[in-house]
Amino acid sequence: MLETKHRKVADASKSRYSGDMLSARIVQRWRGSGSTFALEADFEVSSGITILFGHSGAGKTTLLDCIAGLIVPSSGRIALGDTVFFDSDKRRSLPVQNRRVGYVFQELALFPHLTAAGNVAYGLAGLEKSEQQCRTDEILQSFRISHLHDRRSAEISGGERQRVALARALVTDPRILLLDEPLAALDAPTKSKIIDDLRAWNREHAIPILYVTHSREEVFALGEHVIVLEAGCVVAQGTPHEVMSAPRQQTVAQLAGFENIFEALVIASHEDRGTMTCCIAGSDVELETPLVRAQVGSSLRIGIRAGDILLATARPNGLSARNIIPAQVVSLEQRDVIVSACVDCGVKMEVHLTLAARDALQLQPGRDVWLIVKTHSCHLMAGTQ
Amino acid sequence: MDWQAFWLTIRLAVLVAAILFLIGLPIAYWIAYSRWRWKFLAEAVLAMPLVLPPTVLGFYVLVALGSRSPLGRWWQAMTGHTLAFTFAGLVIGSVMYSLPFAVQPFAASFALVDPKLLAASATLGASKMRTFLRVVLPLSTPGLVTGVALSFAHTMGEFGVVLMIGGNIPGVTRTVSIDIYDQVEAFNFSAANQTALVLLGISFVALCLVYGVNRKVWALWPWK
Repeated sequence: MLETKHRKVADASKSRYSGDMLSARIVQRWRGSGSTFALEADFEVSSGITILFGHSGAGKTTLLDCIAGLIVPSSGRIALGDTVFFDSDKRRSLPVQNRRVGYVFQELALFPHLTAAGNVAYGLAGLEKSEQQCRTDEILQSFRISHLHDRRSAEISGGERQRVALARALVTDPRILLLDEPLAALDAPTKSKIIDDLRAWNREHAIPILYVTHSREEVFALGEHVIVLEAGCVVAQGTPHEVMSAPRQQTVAQLAGFENIFEALVIASHEDRGTMTCCIAGSDVELETPLVRAQVGSSLRIGIRAGDILLATARPNGLSARNIIPAQVVSLEQRDVIVSACVDCGVKMEVHLTLAARDALQLQPGRDVWLIVKTHSCHLMAGTQ
Repeated sequence: MDWQAFWLTIRLAVLVAAILFLIGLPIAYWIAYSRWRWKFLAEAVLAMPLVLPPTVLGFYVLVALGSRSPLGRWWQAMTGHTLAFTFAGLVIGSVMYSLPFAVQPFAASFALVDPKLLAASATLGASKMRTFLRVVLPLSTPGLVTGVALSFAHTMGEFGVVLMIGGNIPGVTRTVSIDIYDQVEAFNFSAANQTALVLLGISFVALCLVYGVNRKVWALWPWK
């Protein structure tokens, strides 16, 4: 209790810790029924929002739990600024309650027996009652939820519950904020409003915020920095644009929205033109792609977004696009306001077009078409190895 | 109706329920959260009174409290008389006999508290003790009421253990159930019936409380 009190008093100097960098090297193994899962991540997070991105089961939540101290990793070192959270060499592990980590769980975990104000004030034990009330009212106001003051969590609606959870985590002036898909269940406008509030808060505090998501819209909307996790390993990191627009790994590519991914073989490189010719494995379809450092005869992967492919009902003339491939429509499927066409040109490709385009071209299964793909719409990724 | 026996029984049951509440909480906490691999052994020992004939339990408690055991000798040295055949001895035996009736509902309700809430509490700077007092206990109210009500009702009606440890000393160890037994032995059926009815009523009320709380028929805690 005394320690908590001391801790809270130290809060007076708000900016004391701001700008601290989290450095984490985490190895965590455990045995499930019949399988072993290993998490091996090594990364740094500076102040501002960093997105932790990956499929479910990639180990994102486990990573947050290790940082928060809810899971003690098998080995590694986690430190925030000068404070060592965990060090397996020195056999040190700071208890959760002393780490000053703000954690918003996916399930939010609001205390059902407390009101919104009670939830927020929970982390302020050790402060005087009047100070608790003052801080609680202040943060409820800044997250625009003052009207929920006396309501229990069961009486609070979706987006507002998220705000309460966020306020509860932030009122304690954490040194780092961990957000585990806290906004996954919300509609876009509510989401962006909450994010604006969070950004506003962090302009003042400038702490590292680690934001877990598997939604690629959120990656672009939010992150200054992205870390991509796959099967427990960091496979890519950088700005969202760097990571997502030129993905090197297949997982990233799928996550970044490449509906079409093909194994391919380099059959010629044209250094003067800055392009190469690649043949899609298992077919005789040849594609002109941007030039990368790859030997003729080596294999790689090509990713093409379904929205980047054009369809034509007659062979077009005078077009800058270099790849014009004859094909046949296999099936058409309407998804909301877009039509997803499956087209066979030796291999099957997914093409997205508008309802209007489908009707204007009178597309139907069996129809012969031409596929048009720009050279730079062919994204090259590392091969199978 | 033997009012002396009645009040003695009430006193015994209230005291036992109170003691079980206090010692049951830490034991239940340990049962609910410990990851010790041999925990099941402790659980089995704790559940023994559920299946053991009361006379067996009573016999061993009697031996343990008697003047030949270290505990009995220590007590005798401290107070000048033995533990057996006293009210204190009765309390000790009853606490052991009703232990699972308190610990099991407590532990079950602790285990039902969402682990995420405990994690949230820890990240908000709360110690294990504070988490227990501020989160686990308030969310376990139905289990606590159940445990206390069951241990009270169970002590009210015990017979075998009381007879083995306490005997039948009016005003000291003579409880209602022994009174009923005596009345029946003396063919005094209407007196036995009267006492039995009171016991029946108390047990019914206690169980109504247990099931009512668990169905949330009425709110003991002001949340909806």
